[in-house]
Amino acid sequence: MKSAQKTPRGPRALRTPGGLSVRLDPRALIVVVLLAVAALAASVVLIGTGDFPISAGDVVRTLFGDGEPGQEFIVNELRLPRVLVGLLVGASLGLGGALFQAVSRNPLGSPDVLGLGQGATAGALVMIVLFSGSTAQVTVGALVGGLVTGALIYLLAWRRGVHGYRLVLVGIGVSAVATAVNGYLLTKADFVDAARAVVWMTGTLDGRDWKQVRPLLVLAGVLVPLVLAHARGLRMMEMGDDVSHALGVRVERVRLVLMVSAVLLTAAATAAAGPVSFVALTAPQLARRLTRSPGPNLVASLCMGAALLVTADWASQRLFGDGQLPVGVVTGVLGGVYLLWLLVTERKAGRI
Amino acid sequence: MTRPRMTGPRMTGPDDHHSRPAERNNPRSAVNRLSAEDVTLAYDQRVIAEQLSVEIPDHSFTVIVGPNACGKSTLLRALSRMLRPSRGRVLLDGQVIQSMPAKKVARTLGLLPQSSVAPDGITVADLVGRGRYPHQGVLRQWSAEDERVVRESMARTGVAELADRYVDELSGGQRQRVWIAMALAQQTPLLLLDEPTTYLDIQHQIDVLDLCAELHEEQGRTLVAVLHDLNHAARYATHLIALKGGEVIAQGAPDEVVTAGLVEEVFGLRCQVIDDPETGTPLVVPAARRGRARAGRAAATEVS
Repeated sequence: MKSAQKTPRGPRALRTPGGLSVRLDPRALIVVVLLAVAALAASVVLIGTGDFPISAGDVVRTLFGDGEPGQEFIVNELRLPRVLVGLLVGASLGLGGALFQAVSRNPLGSPDVLGLGQGATAGALVMIVLFSGSTAQVTVGALVGGLVTGALIYLLAWRRGVHGYRLVLVGIGVSAVATAVNGYLLTKADFVDAARAVVWMTGTLDGRDWKQVRPLLVLAGVLVPLVLAHARGLRMMEMGDDVSHALGVRVERVRLVLMVSAVLLTAAATAAAGPVSFVALTAPQLARRLTRSPGPNLVASLCMGAALLVTADWASQRLFGDGQLPVGVVTGVLGGVYLLWLLVTERKAGRI
Repeated sequence: MTRPRMTGPRMTGPDDHHSRPAERNNPRSAVNRLSAEDVTLAYDQRVIAEQLSVEIPDHSFTVIVGPNACGKSTLLRALSRMLRPSRGRVLLDGQVIQSMPAKKVARTLGLLPQSSVAPDGITVADLVGRGRYPHQGVLRQWSAEDERVVRESMARTGVAELADRYVDELSGGQRQRVWIAMALAQQTPLLLLDEPTTYLDIQHQIDVLDLCAELHEEQGRTLVAVLHDLNHAARYATHLIALKGGEVIAQGAPDEVVTAGLVEEVFGLRCQVIDDPETGTPLVVPAARRGRARAGRAAATEVS
């Protein structure tokens, strides 16, 4: 039994007498729990933050239904939906980013770089500039823009399967086109529409209410289980199409399901909060470095995205005056600096 | 068109005193487990082989040889259902391989592709463990059996002491053994290897081939490998398939197949075939440069 003692790291197995077994990586599990706790704690703090500060204890009490009526309105009607949108958007972006990066086997293959954000923006700008559409119409426009961009990238990159570099290069090309379209639409816009467009493009959680929460919640409720059901196949696909094919993974099907899910998640998140930069790129990288395990780290990326976005929203309100700085700017700074710090401290290990 | 034939008697050396386990090739039943019937193989419009038929004898160590771009890797991809034939069919246990459930095929037939990427920061034990995928499910993720098979596969390939090391820290030879261990953990009666010795130095090439021979002899697995080195093929194979331009030029036991005439026909190389002093198997010795140049000129004038 020497070898059993010799395996201190890596996944463990939980087995039942009936022959069922579940694989657990203790470190990854701890990271997921800590990130989830961090996201929830940041949410509580964020709900308490604003013109009318509420202590964390009061926030929790109100959330569980026995707070003061005055606080109840502020918490449940004004601030909770905003925080929930933040959590859902962050989680969707984190998961979507992890999926894209795993499918393309390239950290650059994240929705930010592939132009999904730009595509969604183009959809939103079309509604704002050409049709002077309502908020709901702008949201739909952004959603459609994101989905069309995703489909376009997939079709253009498909050639006997989707290969990582091809996907990234095609995505960068599509992104450039979408950016050009956005620039054109902005120059065509009159002053009022242009101002509205710029506000949308900065990516913010200001003024989000329950209307935005429900669709995101439903989408996440459908897609997250679907994605996790395919996670084992995705883990195999890290080793290349040939190996995973040989192991019995239906590569093209898994890839299509996961890409469509990732596009839906990212497009919905962007439609709800605008193109919040960098969460999809950094969250999976940060999660992977914390769990120190190979594999797509889907759940950890999801929790990391949620924690990152809510923390960034809190920082943007708290550190720069209320809502002055769009959350997208802070996610870029926070996530970017943290990633750089991790990369620098990790350099001696010689890994990327 | 398939034209299996033997090209003349070997030039030097006696023909039939080797004690190679070639007799294992004789199929017990008429039908072998893996075969390709009249397959046309093409990438998009580029046709690699037409109406190619190949039988892999059960319990053989079959080696496919041929010049570059003769279609040997393509044939292996078709046999492992990686490439769908545009015509004809590949049969595994009497069923068309594409029509079978992916995981069921993966429990019967394993493939070690030419290029495989180890994920960043993966340990040897973790990588080998991934070979268990076709035996697992959502509620059966890591059984005691999985653990035992992984341990055995690592011990058999000599990488057990590397279990906790990162794959990207290993040397090329060690890494190839880890990949073979992963394929072994898949526990398939048939195992296909695409150029398993490429990029390895001579000692590690022999290591890997010895390992393959052991797997074949001790466990009775059917092995199919694409090899570049004809002498390695002649030494280790129990059944040899020589391909050229998408056609089977010859197949059979190496003693019968490897002749100077065949080497010239398939590889366009003049050579002598002598007995390997170690094993008595055919050994190809290319003709000296001067001799080949003369022959080349003669051939050129003959053609014109």
